[in-house]
Amino acid sequence: MAALSINNVYKTYANGTDVLKGIDIAIEDGQFLILVGPSGCGKSTLLNMIAGLDDISSGDIEIGGKRVNDLSPKDRDIAMVFQSYALYPSMTVRQNISFGLEIRKVAQAEIDATVNRVAEMLQITHLLDRKPGQMSGGQRQRVAMGRALARNPSIFLFDEPLSNLDAKLRVEMRTEIKLMHQRLKSTIVYVTHDQIEAMTLGDKIAVMKDGIVQQFGSPQDIYDNPANLFVASFIGSPSMNFIPATVIQTGSDIGVKICDDKGCVVLPLPHDKAKLAKFVGQEVIFGIRPEQITDARTAHREGLPVMSCHIDVIEPTGPDTLVFVSLNNTKVCCRTHPTEAKRPGQSMDLVFDVSKAVLFDPKTEARIV
Amino acid sequence: MFKNLTVGRALVYAALLLMAIYYLLPLYVMLTTSFKSLDDIRAGNMLSLPQAWQGGAWVKAWAEACTGVECNGMQGFFWNSIKMTLPAVAISTILGAVNGYVVSMWRFRGSDALFTMLLVGCFIPFQVVLLPMAQVLGMLGIANTTTGLVLVHVVYGTAFTTLFFRNFYITVPDELVKAARIDGAGFWTIFFRILLPISGPIFVVCIIWQFTQIWNDFLFGVVFASGEAQPITVALNNLVNTSTGVKEYNVDMAAAIIAALPTLFVYMVAGRYFVRGLTAGAVKG
Repeated sequence: MAALSINNVYKTYANGTDVLKGIDIAIEDGQFLILVGPSGCGKSTLLNMIAGLDDISSGDIEIGGKRVNDLSPKDRDIAMVFQSYALYPSMTVRQNISFGLEIRKVAQAEIDATVNRVAEMLQITHLLDRKPGQMSGGQRQRVAMGRALARNPSIFLFDEPLSNLDAKLRVEMRTEIKLMHQRLKSTIVYVTHDQIEAMTLGDKIAVMKDGIVQQFGSPQDIYDNPANLFVASFIGSPSMNFIPATVIQTGSDIGVKICDDKGCVVLPLPHDKAKLAKFVGQEVIFGIRPEQITDARTAHREGLPVMSCHIDVIEPTGPDTLVFVSLNNTKVCCRTHPTEAKRPGQSMDLVFDVSKAVLFDPKTEARIV
Repeated sequence: MFKNLTVGRALVYAALLLMAIYYLLPLYVMLTTSFKSLDDIRAGNMLSLPQAWQGGAWVKAWAEACTGVECNGMQGFFWNSIKMTLPAVAISTILGAVNGYVVSMWRFRGSDALFTMLLVGCFIPFQVVLLPMAQVLGMLGIANTTTGLVLVHVVYGTAFTTLFFRNFYITVPDELVKAARIDGAGFWTIFFRILLPISGPIFVVCIIWQFTQIWNDFLFGVVFASGEAQPITVALNNLVNTSTGVKEYNVDMAAAIIAALPTLFVYMVAGRYFVRGLTAGAVKG
């Protein structure tokens, strides 16, 4: 049974603009769903609609098989963690965590036991008598999670919970959220604009833009098989290279023509020939991730096409060195081994692994192969 | 202390000092005059200290001075003002808090229009509402009563208190209310348990503002209350303007200070929260 299913959901504002245009998403019990996209894509609106804080214009949302469109937030068996943490400022941590239980008239002994259990799990026992104003961002974040955990809901909703933390703490809390999910096997819907959070946390990712789910799938699937140019550019860091290129047929091989200031090569594509054939002679967008253009040592495979390229800039990141070259007048990022990378101004042999390369239609931005 | 004293700074201090004197001088004159005898007032100059300190004028102002036909001093009218001001301040502040909560946290269709209408209420001059208000009070049968005055001040003050509370609550993140709704709290629970406990500063602002406005009001008092029900501001006017006998400046001054004491008291007790509360609402939003 689906823990959460969203069926053809629309959100239309009074002035007639659609912010959500037919969302369809379903996840199983215990899955971690990520809603990711740039700001204004409708992901937070969708989360608020799941929570019951926003009305659904049309379509259905079901939680645990039950239609919840007309239920108020408190009857939906959900708990939510907010970006600003939304801790009640006048209450201590203990009161913050127990507030929801108290409202639901849970027995005092049980409330105390729950607060203690949650506090221990999140290691905030020593903070129980403090007020939110006396705590750091990371501590408040934990309390906000504690408040959600205490209720033991069927779905947890997270609205960009890590955005207000500094970089180091964000990575720490990310791991903790993942750990919590693995331990409790809870169902989670998590909104973020950070594609790294999306990749690392999610069982399923819904990439959204302009009120439409552009792609819904597992993180690896979305990374390897982006449905369109937007998804390909949004997921992955550094971003996928998009090189305008012409499709060329030589004998039975079909490939793309790649040039730098010294010369051209044709990279033969191992993809479905029938689909490629239609684009011979036409301009397409050749998408290839930085790690698929690398030095010979890292590529570690024979028989891949090699091209000697002029290096414009290098960016050492530690484990890798990013080498920037110019192909078909486009800046292209290549991920190479630090000891193999040459200096700017020099030339370097780069190996192209085209097996995972993708092609997009430059007009519709849809995936070709 | 004078290490950083430049010419510019000295000028600033001098200007500030001048301002302070300018504002404090009338109070000084009032206080000293109220403790002088009538002969002393006629003989000396305005700024001199009393030759002999006398409290007689204060007693007379409080209990014996004539405010028209009766000669019972200010005391009865002082209590009139208390009886009018306290309920009017309390009711208008509470209404303002609830209104502000609704227009900032529970937006509904037309809530912005409602708020705009309330805002316009802040700009309606007193004089415009005198006649219609008199009619309404007459129809309700509370003309010339303290209850009537309370109603007038509540109606007039709610526009201001709503504005204060709305501007304060608009700086409170919406997420707080969302979190409480998910926790299962209803409209009033959210108001009483989440928002009221953090509303201290704005309550102080509202109470000071309303207290000063209502206590100091003269126009509504003189129009809508007469005789026994008059507030202290009207009584003070009558006392000062009583034309029989000698002009007793010392009694006038004592009466004026008595009329001003409660607002002074409120400022001294809560004044520092006033500034704090005003800025708390102004920083964001």
